[in-house]
Amino acid sequence: MASTDTVTRTDAPQPTTHELLTRPDRRRHTVDRVMRVVVTLAFLVAMIPLVSLVWIVLSEGYHRLSPYFLAVSMRGVFGGMDAGGIYHAIVGTLLVTGAAAVISVPIGMMTAVYLVEYGRGALARAVTFFVDVMTGIPSIVAGLFAYALFAIFLGPGVRMGVAGAVALSVLMIPVVVRSTEEMLRLVPNELREASLALGVPKWRTIVKVVLRTSAAGIVTGVMLAVARVIGETAPLLITLGVVDSINYDLFDGRMMTLPVFIYRQYSQGLVPCRPDQLDCIATINFDRAWAAALVLVVIVLLLNLLARVVARRFAPAKGH
Amino acid sequence: MAQRIDVKDLDVFYGDFRAVADVSMVIEPRSVTALIGPSGCGKSTFLRTLNRMHEVIPGAHVQGTVLVDGVNLYDREVDPVAVRRQIGMVFQRPNPFPTMSIAENVLAGVRLNNRRISRSDAADLVESSLRGANLWKEVKDRLHKPGSSLSGGQQQRLCIARAIAVKPQVLLMDEPASALDPISTLAIEELIAELKNEYTIVIVTHNMQQAARVSDRTAFFNVTEAGEPGRLVEMDDTRTIFSVPSQKATEDYISGRFG
Repeated sequence: MASTDTVTRTDAPQPTTHELLTRPDRRRHTVDRVMRVVVTLAFLVAMIPLVSLVWIVLSEGYHRLSPYFLAVSMRGVFGGMDAGGIYHAIVGTLLVTGAAAVISVPIGMMTAVYLVEYGRGALARAVTFFVDVMTGIPSIVAGLFAYALFAIFLGPGVRMGVAGAVALSVLMIPVVVRSTEEMLRLVPNELREASLALGVPKWRTIVKVVLRTSAAGIVTGVMLAVARVIGETAPLLITLGVVDSINYDLFDGRMMTLPVFIYRQYSQGLVPCRPDQLDCIATINFDRAWAAALVLVVIVLLLNLLARVVARRFAPAKGH
Repeated sequence: MAQRIDVKDLDVFYGDFRAVADVSMVIEPRSVTALIGPSGCGKSTFLRTLNRMHEVIPGAHVQGTVLVDGVNLYDREVDPVAVRRQIGMVFQRPNPFPTMSIAENVLAGVRLNNRRISRSDAADLVESSLRGANLWKEVKDRLHKPGSSLSGGQQQRLCIARAIAVKPQVLLMDEPASALDPISTLAIEELIAELKNEYTIVIVTHNMQQAARVSDRTAFFNVTEAGEPGRLVEMDDTRTIFSVPSQKATEDYISGRFG
């Protein structure tokens, strides 16, 4: 149907086909151009915070960053000393986040397999509902929960790596469940039937066909979930506390992580330096915080790159 | 070894809905049996009950017996997985595993079941299965390319090779050529004619010329109206069905007066 004006349609002579094909529609062209500009502007506005964030982190963080900064802890560092590093925080972040992934990925993936391949009726609906509720749990509440859980067994004031890992798992499991579930639902039913019709039992079909086919998407989802929790601060402040030295033991005592380190350094603020103190840097705490932030951003970036490489290896073979 | 299938008083349900009622038929070994009928008459549903693929759908169940070599497939002690190893299936749309190469697809039935197979046995099985599916000449130089790199017709023959690689006794085919062009269809039909020397074949088809060309016996299913279960109207030698059917409904259907 030609969308000519209703007013002219009744009286005016019918336009010829030639007219219909060649008459320029100025209004549509204008709208088209305006909308192009609007969406381009929206894109640019969305890029401003991202680009400026990366720029600020880079420009503020790079001058403190050095192999020394990455290789030492904060043990024995005080005041405005031109010393100290984040080795203990990197170790803590990797250990705690890794432990959280070890807990969350099997539980989350199996839950998703249950929901997609087995779940029927009330139980499946209840699981879906609680997974949705868990997605919205504030991270500080997850931290309090993990602290309270460990305090039951180990007494009040307990601080240890696994408690932090449990807190992060509470945040991570729903993300893993959701993303894995989406990926499993994308696997065509025909592939399940093809496998079953070959006399392959259901569990093998799930492991070797369904999970294998969706592996690339699941890996991406898991990495996003890791990226989601690696920057968590509040729950780790509660469960891990704050410490200046290196701790490799997830089951014993306080641990530092990068986000908590950043918060801690920033909250200490400017150092009051006397003019005669030559090695005193007034802004040292801010400098360390920015450098640690840069390291954290780089770690997240590396995880994303790793996820892409792994996902590409698992991706279904392309035709031709 | 091909087996004869004896179906007695079979009712097929989706939940409470009876989709197919009262089917009794004998499917002869080493022959091609075609199931024809209008859409929704339950012929595909019936086909899927022959290797217990029907029950994969939630709520689906069956009453009656399907006897293979004297064993009722729906007996309590019969394992559906074992049934499917004896009675293979080829689907309407080619469905090679996208993560596997051509050779891996042929070996899928073996590998997915974690059965050990030596490298030379595997190579032999790939070759014999692909030869059996008339695909060997076309793919022998690219066995390690993904299965999805083949054309639709080749993919369907790959699926047939995959099905015969587990050495079943019966092959069920659910409209195996309906998604293919005429030349690929011809290739599949020629293949069916060869396969019937070794296997019992049951094929669902919408194409009556195809049923007439490939099958020895034909069963006509019909449904009187939506909501009613589909029923087996008659079953006879293909030549008889297409020349002197005993039922009016069959004659109307094959002469194109309805459906």
